[in-house]
Amino acid sequence: MTTLTQQTLSHLDWLEAEAIHIMREVAGQCSSPVLLFSGGKDSVCMLRIAEKAFRPGRFPFPLMHIDTGHNYPEVIAFRDKRAAELGERLIVRSLEDSMARGSIVLKHEHESRNKHQSVTLLEAIEEFGFDACIGGARRDEEKARAKERIMSFRDEFGQWDPKNQRPELWNLYNARSHKGENIRSFPISNWTELDVWQYIQREQLELPSIYFAHTRPVVRKGDLLMPVTDLTPAKPGDTVEDVMVRFRTVGDVSCTAPVESDADTVDKILAETATTTITERGATRMDDQTSEASMEQRKKEGYF
Amino acid sequence: MSALEHLPGIDNGLLRFLTCGSVDDGKSTLIGRLLFDSKTILADTLNAMEKTSAKRGMTAVDLSLLTDGLQAEREQGITIDVAYRYFSTGTRKYIIADAPGHEQYTRNMVTAASTANLAIILIDARKGMLNQTRRHSTLAHLLGIPHLLVAINKMDLVDYDQATYENIKAEYLKFAHKMGLKDVRFIPLSALSGDMVVDRGERMPWYEGPTLINILETAPAAHTERPEAFRFPVQYVCRPQDSANPALHDYRGFMGRVESGEIAVGDAVTVLPNGLTSRVKAIEIGGQKIERAIHEQSVTLLLDDEIDTSRGDMIVKSAEAPEAVKQIDANVCWMAEAPMSPARTYLIRHTSREVKAKIAKIDYRLDINTMEHESVDTLAMNDIARLTLKLAQPIFADPYRSNRATGAFIIIDESTNNTVGAGMIV
Repeated sequence: MTTLTQQTLSHLDWLEAEAIHIMREVAGQCSSPVLLFSGGKDSVCMLRIAEKAFRPGRFPFPLMHIDTGHNYPEVIAFRDKRAAELGERLIVRSLEDSMARGSIVLKHEHESRNKHQSVTLLEAIEEFGFDACIGGARRDEEKARAKERIMSFRDEFGQWDPKNQRPELWNLYNARSHKGENIRSFPISNWTELDVWQYIQREQLELPSIYFAHTRPVVRKGDLLMPVTDLTPAKPGDTVEDVMVRFRTVGDVSCTAPVESDADTVDKILAETATTTITERGATRMDDQTSEASMEQRKKEGYF
Repeated sequence: MSALEHLPGIDNGLLRFLTCGSVDDGKSTLIGRLLFDSKTILADTLNAMEKTSAKRGMTAVDLSLLTDGLQAEREQGITIDVAYRYFSTGTRKYIIADAPGHEQYTRNMVTAASTANLAIILIDARKGMLNQTRRHSTLAHLLGIPHLLVAINKMDLVDYDQATYENIKAEYLKFAHKMGLKDVRFIPLSALSGDMVVDRGERMPWYEGPTLINILETAPAAHTERPEAFRFPVQYVCRPQDSANPALHDYRGFMGRVESGEIAVGDAVTVLPNGLTSRVKAIEIGGQKIERAIHEQSVTLLLDDEIDTSRGDMIVKSAEAPEAVKQIDANVCWMAEAPMSPARTYLIRHTSREVKAKIAKIDYRLDINTMEHESVDTLAMNDIARLTLKLAQPIFADPYRSNRATGAFIIIDESTNNTVGAGMIV
């Protein structure tokens, strides 16, 4: 083997170039795509990639958020502000509307709404006739996702069939679908949590405040810190503590827990991320801990 | 290896590599070792693996649990699909494509190999070269992986014996010579105990070459070291026509990725298929100007002249235009469960261009164990064959050997939209 002679891209430049290429393939191959934007850190990176892919033009797709109604208010405010700054159209569809229509029935009032997002998402896909949804999921998040394609086909029920996925070779992506079917596209599939934070640092991207260390009342449940909120009040007998925490992932209030941390800047978070001993979803997502295959099950049903 | 604390540190790019072999060769153990020593396996994952291993009555942690991601795979204890794994050393990021070893999964290995720039071919030191070794090497070669690393593993089970290593190496070299494999390196390993993976260990002082991680850290990240012709398939055309901004009124940006070579402002270019020539007026990323763009960079090109260009066209340097071809000879791997119907019309996606294609001739099927040519009427899943295809419109192609991006294509069945084949232009 020879030594390095040809100039190559840094790892972040390479990942960014790949993601731009994928977004442009969706725009070139699909007639009505949409970019899912939650206000979370991965989707913040997606917006920067979309700017690099399409400016000075407008994005060739609207942004959409499926709102569980149980999001942290800081994140919702950030979502609206960011969409307005970019001057792009933001569609919000809410689980509460699906519940009012009767298409979502909760087992009990406090059941996590996270998995029900699939229903509202599929309804919105039908309403707007979207043939592709671009999302910020990454293969390193969860093992069912490690085998997800970059262009992932969903049938007319929104189902993912992991044993019958389209082969994906080179950078020749096949985003074709028939009417009623749907492609889920994941431009940052090959990024890790560390890459995301390095990109946020390099691009100086703004994030919702709850990603940074702040003091918050929590209850300790085993290894998890349960945030005490209006939605998730302390139960009798719980010991409420004020703890310095930050969120590593941001989702539904009822199923996302923060981690203990005093990292209040991107640099400090990067240092923590590089030396952490717990995976991103392991520390924080109750919905993934139900069973070893819970993510795979939700994805088969149309979840992202 | 805990160089991660040095972040963000020196950035030596990103290397994509492939591991070929079966669980029996210690492939999962090797991947586990790399992830573990680079601190990529975290405590909760390890806990989950310990629990599952114990549930199955195993005494040690089964590292294959890391790579077997799907429920069906866990239930059957086999790997069905390609899995992608990530680790970083602080100087370089790695993407491992982990493909199952068994013959019936040829298509998965082809998939994994298509994006890899280095292949680790695992050999069990006790067993030496097997048919599987030859098959994996053949596929790696066919897919144009520039660097092969033959890892003779389980040295702990042969008492770290140098003669065993040398014999296997000699046998492989004979095969490599016959096949025309050029860049092949060898390393003795014990993935289980870690010798020569990250640390040298003390049991193989006779081996003076670099460790596995050293080889990975210094291997070229680029697919090729040769200068390549500039190839820029147009993915999307940006025409903002923003009435509030007259400066953008005539803006016409051609968006794409530099698939090979490089381009600078002022270079003379030709747009295919119309053959019109112009010069590069500007190169941009997200509206920001840059002076030149290199291989794999996604950019927007603006030209001096107004040339009607759309998705599927290709911008090249005028002095090095590729051939426009309407008939191609290609090595094709059939990927679908449904066999090929030679009478049908398929769709071919080549760069950002889609054209209809008919199978003019199946020249032969290749037996990848014996390299013999067989005469066949159709292709079944996992078959590899030499085909002649007739195209409805021309494509701008290079031989796969000289340009991976413009030599590769996929075959799509329009009735299902499924990707049914992968081809490499000869």
